[in-house]
Amino acid sequence: MSLRTLPLLFINLGGEMLYILDQRLRAQNIPADKAKKVMNDIITTMFNKKFMEELFKPQELYSKKALRTVFDRLAHASIMRLNQASMDKLYDLMTMAFKYQVLLCPRPKDILLVTFNHMDAIEDFVRDSPSILNQVDETFRQLIDLYSCLPAGEFQLIRQTLLIFFQDMHIRVSIFLKDKVQNSNGRFVLPTCGPVPWGTEVPGLIRTFNSNGEEVKRVEFVNGGHYVGSLREGSYDLYGERILKLGTNMYSVSRPVETHMSGTSKSSASHAKENTVPNPLAKEELNLLAHLMGGLEMKKMNSGDGGFRLNLFTSDEEEEQATLLTRPEELSNKVINIQATKDQHEKEELAQIMDDFKIQEEAKQSTSKGDDLLALMDGL
Amino acid sequence: MYRKEKSIQIKSSASALYNNLSVLPILDKNLTYFTVVHGNTVNMVSASTDGLNFSHRQLQSKEGSVTVSSSVITQASWCVLPYRALLVLTSLKGIQMYESDGSIMVYWHALDALETPPAQAVFARGIAAASGHYICVGTSSGLVLVFDIPNKGTNITLAEVLAEHRDPITDIASEVSESKDCPADLVTADDAGVLCVWKSGEDFKLVSKISAYGCTCSSVKMWKGVIAAAYGSGQIRIYDAVSGMVHAEVNAHARWIYALDIAPDSGKLLSGAEDSFVQIWKLSQILESDTVEIEHCHSECVTDVQICGSRFCDPEGNTFAVTGYDLCEIIRYIQI
Repeated sequence: MSLRTLPLLFINLGGEMLYILDQRLRAQNIPADKAKKVMNDIITTMFNKKFMEELFKPQELYSKKALRTVFDRLAHASIMRLNQASMDKLYDLMTMAFKYQVLLCPRPKDILLVTFNHMDAIEDFVRDSPSILNQVDETFRQLIDLYSCLPAGEFQLIRQTLLIFFQDMHIRVSIFLKDKVQNSNGRFVLPTCGPVPWGTEVPGLIRTFNSNGEEVKRVEFVNGGHYVGSLREGSYDLYGERILKLGTNMYSVSRPVETHMSGTSKSSASHAKENTVPNPLAKEELNLLAHLMGGLEMKKMNSGDGGFRLNLFTSDEEEEQATLLTRPEELSNKVINIQATKDQHEKEELAQIMDDFKIQEEAKQSTSKGDDLLALMDGL
Repeated sequence: MYRKEKSIQIKSSASALYNNLSVLPILDKNLTYFTVVHGNTVNMVSASTDGLNFSHRQLQSKEGSVTVSSSVITQASWCVLPYRALLVLTSLKGIQMYESDGSIMVYWHALDALETPPAQAVFARGIAAASGHYICVGTSSGLVLVFDIPNKGTNITLAEVLAEHRDPITDIASEVSESKDCPADLVTADDAGVLCVWKSGEDFKLVSKISAYGCTCSSVKMWKGVIAAAYGSGQIRIYDAVSGMVHAEVNAHARWIYALDIAPDSGKLLSGAEDSFVQIWKLSQILESDTVEIEHCHSECVTDVQICGSRFCDPEGNTFAVTGYDLCEIIRYIQI
């Protein structure tokens, strides 16, 4: 629906990814210099100028698969490698966290504050690297320019577009379950108490007016909730207090990253649909993707480079088990279906795209680990 | 008081869209039809009155591209005209009209994307029948398209375009009481909160324009010359349709209201919002002072559900149905 949704989706998911990686890098005792390099490399790639230019162009959201591919690529933009199970888990955590934030943000415009919370945190990650900080800052200003004056109705449309994107995802996340903000069925808890959104009155009052417009009666009613007046409005500037806590870092060493996988709730109707309906636009999408990825340069990983593997699970055994667990076929991200078309011209274009991927593949041939991305592209 | 009845399972969950539930009672067959939009699909259920038999049908938005977000349906609603009822679907591509049971598509109107600035999404939203043989549909550019519907057949024509709104249309409603010769019988609402009140007919005439007060009007209803409008601020306002005067203002919900409905025979009003509450109200006309009063009757919390559609299922307002984002069911309530 809204053509301004993609930048917010990408930046917020990216922000969540960085929170998780930051926590895992520390939990796995990765040396500080290497951890720093990973965070810096990923942030540099994420806010690549050309990539941002493409991202901010008005456009529809693309499919879950295409977006997942972008994040697979982004997670591997440095010397760190994730296997399929860890990448799956990372992506599940990111998406559920942002779904929670979109669903719970008190009013549609607060999606921007959620985004700013992520941007603030990303700036903190690169505080001591002025050139990267500048790069992030530029996107921050672009966000403010583009979004801060949009009307509430447009924000609601953006929110509704995001909610359609996240519809039917009910993965249980232990940090949410522990905090009692998610139920065991995967649905998020909606509080019926606390402060109302900025600009909203506490429900419970009926005012009646006469034909001269004078107030003649006030009647109170019991609305069923326990709300209090709103907090002050968060800052929509480059700096300032956001007030809203959604979108800030909820992980710490004492609150590790963990998901509960439940196969049944994951294989949702929408997943199935996306796969059974052949998509004649897959080519367009890949075209766009290839274009976007032009800006994302893959890091070569030589054995002397000090590359390492990050595990999203508490132990290697657990990770191995998760890898062996066969995920439902429709969820495997290995295959991107492309309709073979008769049109010669289209074929050439397609070949071009495939070549583009191949070059990146070859660049990776030298590495021993990190085969997952190769596997990902094998389907082409 | 209302109590929960057995709910109706639907094939796929409801999307977060305004007024995402439409109800059509088919009295002679003892059936009730329901529709709920899920992405690019419309779930249709017909339920027998005894609540034992259900039959399902799914309609897809067939037009245009197949990327999920570009073929999203924005609303599905039945329009009841004196001689026929049609199911109208609005999407990012255009307007589809089906026979009431969803079996045959009788009309397709493509939206023209050329006039819209490039960053603006193009879609249709807001559906209502008006004065005998018209169906009005709103668009994202603020236009209201008036279609002339023949008593039967597919010869549907675009009769008039109303260009009073500057922002995307959110909802359209026509007078639901049977009163004849009312000076105004249609109301259109937009994203900025502006309401336009019309007298429908051969030429649609603007009766009054109720200016915005800074918040989207997401749902609107009209009953006995009175307009009930629901806003993103969680407020409901009751206006006189002709003068635009405010009769009452209610701080009704803690979040955006997504749906309003009015029971024509009793004046009961229903509002459903993102705060997970459905509130039932009652409107009553005070003839001596020529004003309208609203009182609160009932409050129902649908735990952990952001409500996106709620409708009465009978003209008295003794039963109502609710659905919400990510929910695969239509929850029904009955008065006790």
